[in-house]
Amino acid sequence: MKVSYFPGCTLKNKAKILDVYARRCAEVLGVTLEEIDNWQCCGGVFTSKDEPGSKLSSVRALKFAFEKSQPLVSVCSACHNVLKQTNHLMQSDEAFCTKVNRYMAEDSAYDGSTQVYHYLELLRDVVGFDKIREAVVNPLKGRKIAPYYGCLLLRPSSVMQMDDPENPTIFEDLLRALGAEVVVSSMRNECCGGYVTMEKPEFAKKKSLDITSNMQAMGADMIATACPLCKYNLDKNSDAIPTVYFTELLAEALGVKEECDNA
Amino acid sequence: MHNDSRKIADEIILRSGVNPRRCMKCGKCSGTCPAYEEMEYHPHEFVYMVESGEVEPLLNSKSLYMCLSCFACVDRCPRGVEPAKLVEAVRNAYLRQQDNKHMNADDVPAKLDDDLPQQAIVSAFRKYRK
Repeated sequence: MKVSYFPGCTLKNKAKILDVYARRCAEVLGVTLEEIDNWQCCGGVFTSKDEPGSKLSSVRALKFAFEKSQPLVSVCSACHNVLKQTNHLMQSDEAFCTKVNRYMAEDSAYDGSTQVYHYLELLRDVVGFDKIREAVVNPLKGRKIAPYYGCLLLRPSSVMQMDDPENPTIFEDLLRALGAEVVVSSMRNECCGGYVTMEKPEFAKKKSLDITSNMQAMGADMIATACPLCKYNLDKNSDAIPTVYFTELLAEALGVKEECDNA
Repeated sequence: MHNDSRKIADEIILRSGVNPRRCMKCGKCSGTCPAYEEMEYHPHEFVYMVESGEVEPLLNSKSLYMCLSCFACVDRCPRGVEPAKLVEAVRNAYLRQQDNKHMNADDVPAKLDDDLPQQAIVSAFRKYRK
């Protein structure tokens, strides 16, 4: 199966390895991530519907996938949040949709029909966790891993519709399919401090330590995330427990981590 | 109250799509806000101050730049008020005035380290400038 893929700015730079593992693991599981042509940065954060100009890069990506009759997949939590919220506006807000289409003035209009998946949803809803369990060659036995969702995967839940926003299981179910022992922390859907880390690093440190210290106290050896900014904040502010990308754990379990690391 | 403040407040309400009158003042938005301790005005105060037309203090507050867009207040409000959308509209109302911005490109190099993801920089620029 082929899907359209929006990597995003950070996966082409500071989080290259997140992209490399994601592509290779998808191949192992029978899915090809086809990077869309001429994608532009999503902007990192979804602001208001009052700013249609800031949503055009997302609409172009969504429309590109629509024209190829493919779902649009991203791995970065921020890209997924912006793409999904923008697509929701195109479906549900006629004034916004009209404004955007008139501005773009392309031959055909876009109406929000593209299916938008986060990579985790691709694994759950398209590949299936059972199939992943069968594909595991190096089960993560004895590894105590705390999944960390952060804010962007789950909220606003009425739009994102990935999982129960206060008691999600998708990340836990994936890690269990990989053979890990899952540590479920009540801090897994609280904010790490986000981009405010630039202006107020002490604030981000406090937010991140609240999360990492709770996960550590619950017995976790490591934290798994999908978001480069979460990884940055958690790693920078806690020496006691490492934070890794979930795709790294997936690559390890599927037996392709080394070839990705050497690529 | 200055007549202009009421007009600005009404414009903010219109652009945000939020109805602040739905608020039952339970304070859950502020209770769940990760930036609560850093804020001069908190999410519930944005809601009632915009409703009452008291927008000047909000427009000039650094609290505008503490909203992380984590959507915790949006998801956890029992009345569906969506306070973050109101904070966004106030922020836009300030930044859309001539020369108003909260960060310059020249400010960025001093804030970088080897690991800072691009995502942080583009997010900050989207929130701190028009």
